[in-house]
Amino acid sequence: MVADAPHETTDIEVARAYAAAAAVLDPEIPVLNLVDLGVLRRVERRSGSIVVSLSPTYTGCPATAAIQLAVACALIDAGIAGARTELVLSPAWTTDDITAAGRAKLKAYGIAPPGKGSPAMLFADEQVACPHCGSWQTSRISQFGSTPCKAQWRCDQCREPFDYFKCHR
Amino acid sequence: MPRVIADADLFEFTLALADDALVLGHRLSEWSGRGPSLEEDIALSNLGLDLVGQARLFYTYAGELDGNGRDEDDLAYFRNADGYRNLLIVELEPGDFALTIVRQFLYAAFLHPYFAALCRSTDARLAAIAAKAVKEMAYHLRHSSEWLIRLGDGTPESHRRAVEALDLLWGYTGEMFEPTTAEQRVVAAGIAPDRTQIRQPWTTTVDAVLAEATLQRPAQRGMQSGGRHGRHTEGLDRMLAEMQVLARQHPGAKW
Repeated sequence: MVADAPHETTDIEVARAYAAAAAVLDPEIPVLNLVDLGVLRRVERRSGSIVVSLSPTYTGCPATAAIQLAVACALIDAGIAGARTELVLSPAWTTDDITAAGRAKLKAYGIAPPGKGSPAMLFADEQVACPHCGSWQTSRISQFGSTPCKAQWRCDQCREPFDYFKCHR
Repeated sequence: MPRVIADADLFEFTLALADDALVLGHRLSEWSGRGPSLEEDIALSNLGLDLVGQARLFYTYAGELDGNGRDEDDLAYFRNADGYRNLLIVELEPGDFALTIVRQFLYAAFLHPYFAALCRSTDARLAAIAAKAVKEMAYHLRHSSEWLIRLGDGTPESHRRAVEALDLLWGYTGEMFEPTTAEQRVVAAGIAPDRTQIRQPWTTTVDAVLAEATLQRPAQRGMQSGGRHGRHTEGLDRMLAEMQVLARQHPGAKW
């Protein structure tokens, strides 16, 4: 789901809050902002105050709390008083929520972007292209990596190891 | 027409799901820094993190249903073992790597289809949590299946250990399919899936992976239960003592 960018809003403060939240970077993958990552769901005014709705990625991801704090700070920096953040679980975040711009940034950063389509079958591996040389001759080292969202892969062509942002749907 | 359900029943049901997730998540975290390889150390910590994350969502909801102002930390840190409602299989001490893998497999093979069914709950909050958790359990099932096949179909030593772990754990699998009377009311209200119905998909998965791993299903025998009623093994006391000590010595501490 794409966040509701308040293009049409006449509420200047909502627009400024959205811009401030949208500019916050993911603490673990600091080339992605919250719109790229697809976690900024909505910015709206509720009984007077601004509410920023965020969607967690993995349930246990410690970055979720860091992101909430960073958004709260960004709102204060933007001079927006009395704003708050809230987590929304539904609809559940999937890697399909990562934007095309986000995918391009991941690749440029050396992380293979997630595939689109059906999730991995029990024993079937996904086809992942090396973010360095583009080869499809790659193999999985481990389906778990330095953060919940990544797996460790290696390129059999250029021999470089790389992170793969796991397809999560 | 779905029946109206008492908050107390829904609280009990949600609390049990939270306890299952926290206790197994903590057991997995005990492998951090001790995994058999760096990749596996990271993998087990990741699996534990998923479960602790799921536990937090369930506890927060349980606290709201309880209505006594208890939050996730109150529920996790300020109940003794006899107040915990988790299944016995998740609390057993980690043992060796084979036991950890076999447990993860037997449990994930249950929880993955169970959460898939919970996604269709008429309770929007539980359905939303399940929709997130089911995707994570798919990784748990896949990872533990791959390792179980490697252990069972590996060396004589790894095969022996897998057989021993399977034999020990098998007697704790029955409890996964036993709803409490409170849970039966939650099932009747259309909120919870009927866990007895999960036995069939569970058996299919277990049989397929055991065959691949050259392992036999242990003979049918008496099953252990009691976790849902607060009757636990001694190991849970020790685990909680370690997990809760900081929160209890410094209640309300912030850093």
